[in-house]
Amino acid sequence: MNNDLLHKPPLTPARVFRLSLIMILFLLLVGAASLLLGTAEVSLHKIVALVSGTLHPDDPARLIILKIRLPRTILAGLAGFSLALGGVVFQALLRNPLADPFILGVSSGSAFGAIIGILLGFTFSVGIPLLSFAGALLTVYLVLALGTRRMGMESSTILLTGVILNAFFTAVIMFFISIATDSRLHTMLFWLYGDLSQSRYAPLIILAPALIVVSVILFRFAKELNLITTGEEIALQLGVDVEKAKKTCLVLVSLVIGLVVSFSGLIGFVGLIVPHIARIAFGSDHRLLIPVASLGGATFLIAADTLARLVISPSELPVGVVTAFLGAPFFLYLLRVRGSQWSRS
Amino acid sequence: MEPILTLRKVGFRYGASWAVKGVDLEVFPGEMLGILGPNGSGKTTLLKLLDGMLFPDEGEVLVRRKNMATLKRGDVAKVVALVAQENFFRFAFSVLEVVLMGRFPHLGRLQFERDKDLKIAVNALRATHALELSERSIHELSGGEKQRVLLARALAQEPGVILLDEPTSFLDLKYKKEIFDLILSLSKEKGLGVVIVSHDIDLVSQYCHRIVMLKNGSVHRTGTPDQVITAASIEAVYECAVLVDRNLMTGKPRVSLKP
Repeated sequence: MNNDLLHKPPLTPARVFRLSLIMILFLLLVGAASLLLGTAEVSLHKIVALVSGTLHPDDPARLIILKIRLPRTILAGLAGFSLALGGVVFQALLRNPLADPFILGVSSGSAFGAIIGILLGFTFSVGIPLLSFAGALLTVYLVLALGTRRMGMESSTILLTGVILNAFFTAVIMFFISIATDSRLHTMLFWLYGDLSQSRYAPLIILAPALIVVSVILFRFAKELNLITTGEEIALQLGVDVEKAKKTCLVLVSLVIGLVVSFSGLIGFVGLIVPHIARIAFGSDHRLLIPVASLGGATFLIAADTLARLVISPSELPVGVVTAFLGAPFFLYLLRVRGSQWSRS
Repeated sequence: MEPILTLRKVGFRYGASWAVKGVDLEVFPGEMLGILGPNGSGKTTLLKLLDGMLFPDEGEVLVRRKNMATLKRGDVAKVVALVAQENFFRFAFSVLEVVLMGRFPHLGRLQFERDKDLKIAVNALRATHALELSERSIHELSGGEKQRVLLARALAQEPGVILLDEPTSFLDLKYKKEIFDLILSLSKEKGLGVVIVSHDIDLVSQYCHRIVMLKNGSVHRTGTPDQVITAASIEAVYECAVLVDRNLMTGKPRVSLKP
């Protein structure tokens, strides 16, 4: 037996800090690579020149990096962060490792809200994100209300309810797209499948602070989430205010998912793949899982978006196509190989 | 001796029907108290009232002479621990992580487990003979091993009393004995009060100092195994014909069904 075990707790603040730092470095590395790569060639020394302020003001590299690639990379990072965070929290609260904002229909619910906003002519700065948040909240409410029996939450019922709602909202969205006039059609379709190419700095100024606040609050619930995953009765017994923890976490996750969907459309499976890999690599303690999975989500989506830009260059794919392409087989694999183990509620 | 838990004229109802009615009960340090009764007699409700998961509609529950309803849940958890009947771990926590969760009521919101908490968890694992399992995943354990780990988590709460809901219902004969021996020795050594809800009349008769027999939510009879486990009381409560004789090795009452 490892003798260390008897002298040091398995998780310390230093360990959380150290591993988060490693994930941040990794994120920065992938982020920098995504600035370099693309249809137009930008060399490393141009980036160095830009950072040090010696780049000529009229150099096209300045425009490509600052106006096109940087906001896009940041949005990809923030969106990936939020989706993975949402996945971790949903999985804990529903006690189901197959839950994620996309599969539960929360993403399409907020896309539904956003499309209503687009059709009503609202702006992307306030009206659409608000409706998107409302759509996310509505879906979470419906999933819990319809999927919860009197006995309490049964995991598989909840998941199925989410899948059905997802199909329903997707159908409604397709209906709106079918009756939309031509000019708006392309934008909507592209946005629907997860589009980061239209990124500007303005939405990032809303998203980034919201995300920081939400992450900090969710981290404060990390120990409660640990206990909730081992059973609500035991969590209550040990002094967790389960109702309060659940409501707070669900509303906060809906908020970030709503914001992310309104800025970047439907990007699936990030919230499924990333938390799952993080669990295998780092264990089940949410005090570690919340930071490392979120940072991993950011890194993953930046990488996926870079791939989306490169694969059919000079044309490009919606990033949601890339994540679904990787994620759907992964989901099926999990369902097939590990599904029986999770089928109990 | 001061009781750890006291029930005074406690009643609880679901809607109009009383699940528990007029129950007086005290749980003392170092004693093993068995709760027997047929299905629907109010055993589980009584356990939840002792645990503070339900609050009585009548009467009061005292924790070391303080009304439970006025205490914070976290403070109750420092006195009362529960080993639930069904435990299913969705995610792969290590055994040590599971036992450290028992320290939750003793820690602040953002506080991580300290060296002191680790020591308490390790001692709890040692006490339940599960220390060698500490790095294993909870998913890999057998029924008996898992029950020892859950008992260790309850011990890590440093409670005055441990409530056990059907602790051996999924275990075979060997592990049943192992768990009951373990609980008895912990109760003796640490002066823990132990309350066991069980369907296994013979095990309760063997191990418990005192037995409460419930019928329709009320106490039918209470006292030592000799006083409670008689053919007359079993037949009245369980409504089937039995023969009660004595276990040849321990002299405790033993129940056999009449063919």
